[in-house]
Amino acid sequence: MKILVPVKRVVDYNVKVRVKSDNSGVDIANVKMSMNPFDEIAVEEAVRLKEKGLATEVIAVSCGVAQCQETLRTAMAIGADRGILVETAADLDLQPLAVAKLLKALVDKEQPGLIILGKQAIDDDCNQTGQMLAALADLPQATFASKVEIVDGKAQVTREIDGGLEVLSISLPAVVTTDLRLNEPRYVTLPNIMKAKKKQLDTFKPEDLGVDVAPRIKTLKVAEPAKRSAGIKVPDVATLVDKLKNVAKVI
Amino acid sequence: MTALVIAEHDNTSIKAATLNVISAAKQISIFSDGQVHILVAGHQCSAATQVASGIEGVSKVIHADSEALAHGLAENLAAQVLAIAGNYSHILFPATAGGKNVAPRVAAKLDVAQISDITKVESADTFERPIYAGNAIATVQSTDATKVITVRTTGFDVAAATGGAAAVESVAAQADSGKSSFKGGEIAKNDRPELTAAKIIVSGGRALGSSEKFNEVMTPLADKLGAAIGASRAAVDAGYAANDLQVGQTGKIVAPQLYIAAGISGAIQHLAGMKDSKVIVAINKDPEAPIFSVADFGLEADLFAAVPELTNAV
Repeated sequence: MKILVPVKRVVDYNVKVRVKSDNSGVDIANVKMSMNPFDEIAVEEAVRLKEKGLATEVIAVSCGVAQCQETLRTAMAIGADRGILVETAADLDLQPLAVAKLLKALVDKEQPGLIILGKQAIDDDCNQTGQMLAALADLPQATFASKVEIVDGKAQVTREIDGGLEVLSISLPAVVTTDLRLNEPRYVTLPNIMKAKKKQLDTFKPEDLGVDVAPRIKTLKVAEPAKRSAGIKVPDVATLVDKLKNVAKVI
Repeated sequence: MTALVIAEHDNTSIKAATLNVISAAKQISIFSDGQVHILVAGHQCSAATQVASGIEGVSKVIHADSEALAHGLAENLAAQVLAIAGNYSHILFPATAGGKNVAPRVAAKLDVAQISDITKVESADTFERPIYAGNAIATVQSTDATKVITVRTTGFDVAAATGGAAAVESVAAQADSGKSSFKGGEIAKNDRPELTAAKIIVSGGRALGSSEKFNEVMTPLADKLGAAIGASRAAVDAGYAANDLQVGQTGKIVAPQLYIAAGISGAIQHLAGMKDSKVIVAINKDPEAPIFSVADFGLEADLFAAVPELTNAV
């Protein structure tokens, strides 16, 4: 069974982004970029399934600018066997529906038994691509996974839902999206980084896959959120209780 | 130009998040001069259907009932929505685990983009939504004929749960996809208010040190205030609190009247989940903790002394 793992290049989670002064977007020039943390968990899970002998090949895919190659190399350093870049123009606003269509074309081509994605990218916070891919490829899905087991040719997935957990059994091929507790990704070692540089990386353009990637949503403005007015420090619990009762009147 | 709201329910009652979505749909209907319908798809869900018909501002309840819809499986619920989607200009889900699971499937099948987590309606096709963990607010315009939307509940007031008298229309349930089945669940049962609907939340961080200490220190305060309990990602990852208590960018987004953060440093990802709370209290012994920058009232103290003292004082 092949596993396909889509990975996204995003602003590193430690960076506090700044809104551009012309309100056209956030400033990502000269900002550290990394693999989306949920996607790192997805790669780790795929590699672990291969290490357990449940998968034969792990293919990492990234859709976006040429620099996404770095993200693919990171995925290959974790243990993915090869990479596919679907390279799009630097000025294109690549949106989840378009990414899902590109991935659907690659699913048709590669015929993986499982596609594991991060549940959400930490830049646009959309939480859409996995579910959209599942719909387009007409596959079952298990989102927000905290445990994945392959049993009798099916995936048994524990999901994090409001109020607790639930377990689904889905037939393969299927789409799984990862939540934070699924695993803790390994640190990539220098030898593995060197090895990853030699792994196969193929590049396609959206037109090679016959996909229209035109955006459907226009961003009219990006603004700073309303700032909270500065609060005060209180010296002790008694003062705190007094403020909550008599000033804020919330208890 | 009618808006359809997909109800979140447990077959007998309607979850509070649905009422926030109804408010968002009503705002859209002002621009589109239309009505608001609600879909209750479940199994033996006529009680929930009755509750839905009483929500103010809803003109029709669509009721679909079958075993295949019992657990809200994404494949089956999406098919049910798609069966009636052609009648609607807007299809709205709550941005809950359930809504986020199903909405993109509906959007992709309709070949339209989804607008996630809206916090404000500007017009029938233009909305505000937070990006980058709420560090920026984007105003976005959909160019698609049908708008599939998830609604961040903290952005909208709850609609009145009673006062309406909507007609109920039953529709044929879609067949089971056969590709996915529900095997079981562990839903925590307690008498506390739901995290996303609570007026007061007391939230603990990694400084609590263990799951025993977390319960010992935080639970009495929550009991005294009638509050829901939340936790930082660090506390959940360390196993001190259950996963569904996580407040933050990728956990629950909350905006209670009062949010008390104890032993939480205030990572960007945590602040993203609670900074719209009306009043924020931070209790932390580190004077440099970023949580103090968003707190209305900061108390620099050891939480193991301060939280019990607070419990006794309120």
